[in-house]
Amino acid sequence: MSAPTLSKSKATPPSHGRPGSDRTNFAREEFVRSVRRNLSAHGFLIGAVLCFSFFSWYPMVREFILAFQKNENGKTTWAGWSNLTYIFNDPAFWQAWRNTLLFTGLALLLGFVVPFVVAVVLNEFRHGQGYLRLLVYLPVMLPPVASVLLFKYFYDPGYGLFNRILETFGLPAQQWLQDTDTAMLSVVIAATWMSMGGATLIYLAALQGIPGELYEAAELDGAGILRKIWHVTIPQTRLILSLMLLMQIIATMQVFTEPFLLTNGAGPEGSTTTVVYLIYQYAFNFNNYGSAAALGLVLLVLLAGFSAVYVRLSRGSED
Amino acid sequence: MTANTLVPRRKRAATVEVARPRTLISPAQLGRSRGRAVYWIVFALVVLLFTLVFLGPLYWMVTGGLKTTQEVVQSPPTAFPTSMHPENYEQAWKVMDLAKLLFNTLYYAFGALAFQLIFDVAAAYSLSKLRPIFGKAILGLMLMTLMIPATVLVVPQYLTVLDVPIIERNLLNSPWAIWLPSVTNAFNIFLLKRFFDSIPRELLDAAAIDGASAMRTLRSVVLPISRPILGVVSIFAVVGVWKDFLWPMLTLPDPGKQTLNVGIYSLASGVPENVLIAALTIASVPTLLIFLLFQRNIMSGLTAGGLKG
Repeated sequence: MSAPTLSKSKATPPSHGRPGSDRTNFAREEFVRSVRRNLSAHGFLIGAVLCFSFFSWYPMVREFILAFQKNENGKTTWAGWSNLTYIFNDPAFWQAWRNTLLFTGLALLLGFVVPFVVAVVLNEFRHGQGYLRLLVYLPVMLPPVASVLLFKYFYDPGYGLFNRILETFGLPAQQWLQDTDTAMLSVVIAATWMSMGGATLIYLAALQGIPGELYEAAELDGAGILRKIWHVTIPQTRLILSLMLLMQIIATMQVFTEPFLLTNGAGPEGSTTTVVYLIYQYAFNFNNYGSAAALGLVLLVLLAGFSAVYVRLSRGSED
Repeated sequence: MTANTLVPRRKRAATVEVARPRTLISPAQLGRSRGRAVYWIVFALVVLLFTLVFLGPLYWMVTGGLKTTQEVVQSPPTAFPTSMHPENYEQAWKVMDLAKLLFNTLYYAFGALAFQLIFDVAAAYSLSKLRPIFGKAILGLMLMTLMIPATVLVVPQYLTVLDVPIIERNLLNSPWAIWLPSVTNAFNIFLLKRFFDSIPRELLDAAAIDGASAMRTLRSVVLPISRPILGVVSIFAVVGVWKDFLWPMLTLPDPGKQTLNVGIYSLASGVPENVLIAALTIASVPTLLIFLLFQRNIMSGLTAGGLKG
């Protein structure tokens, strides 16, 4: 008990009453003040830092450790690279990657192009923009279980709306989620409907920042609509477009909920098994945390590459 | 470029003529009768298409909940229920125990909101205005978590929740499993910090001269100014919990403690279609209400979260 009070009296020496008279005194006072300031500042930080430590930073470290451990009958042993060799030899691994890349490719084709086109079109309207923006964003607010089960009904080969629509256009009915050829595309269509609102609104905001003079200048040079889009709209939104592209790659490669809910994860003959679903299976169906972590690590390394580009680009955008 | 030299003059002229900034299609083109006709045709088509594509499924959902089981799975589907069965909603409410699921979800969502508001706001305030030693490093570590794919961490996070180190608690089936991890939202901290950064230093200095403590300054100066960003962060926090699926599925296996998403999913195969659709409608109402009430904040939050701020 006495130690802190002692050190405190040392920190505030008797010459305290004459400020500035002694250089070291002044420095010491400054030091005490900064310690006190720091204590209160760290007090404000402590809650978040603790949460991050337990639920973010520690799991990050643990992910690396788990990937090289085996857990059998409640006993944890060092496994070296065996988890990695195990997943590489698992045929499901390659199928999951093929499916995930297919999902990412299709999701970019739809989920990247469609919102941009929609944003460009909406930006031209002088009426009803509020209503249209609201519509596009509406599905984003639905609980995923609602939108996913809705699409399950629409995809039903028997009474589903989608086959009804195809029929009115004289097109052949599809098996949608139940066919290996169309299952992933069906998942992508649903996923795009569910989430395109966010991207659309971000593009809209970007489009509204384009100075109109650029379009005028392009018109003076005789550019038509498509050339204006190519030479003005896209270059002016390039930064946001490239960042959104990367963010979408990163997000779509982690897809889980949509295939899980739409096709119970696997789909016909495993045609919608994604990498994250495989992680889920390893960990929670087979109790094989090591392999799950190893697969997570592979995903992490791959996405870290994309993230590095992302950081680079977003740094560039700050200036 | 010539465009650059034209900027100031043109800008002023533009604000006088039309309130809207120039876009892709020139006003002259729109002014022509052909241009105007094309504009209205495209506009009508887009409005129609969007209403069908985005409102249609919701309409189908709300009316589907009113149909009989036969009518829901009937082909071709009916646009309007032939006979009304509002009792489906009642049945969904009872059979799926939606009151319980709804209460759970609200409880988790607003708990998460409270924790995020307290811890994340305090952290952002500290990092932005109090500038502690190592503050930059801590912020860096927090932002680093944005770079790690979230799904990669699900397994080790789950194991952490099973047995939290040091305090040695199992948080499975406890609301803490939702609340505490929700605080680790680096994006919200980043949004808040950026907003706090924009508050002029002089304002805080004035408060300090008046003898206000850091806490008092936060409460009486910073928070009242920050209402818009607090609104945005709050909506994101609530909606985040409302929309989450994988994490609550893993950490809340007890049916009595599940969220709407997980509960409806696990009960889905056991109830008739029309009742299930009614349940989906009920589950959608709260977030849709939040959206309709706060859409202005949500829109501004989205663009604030965008890159140029």
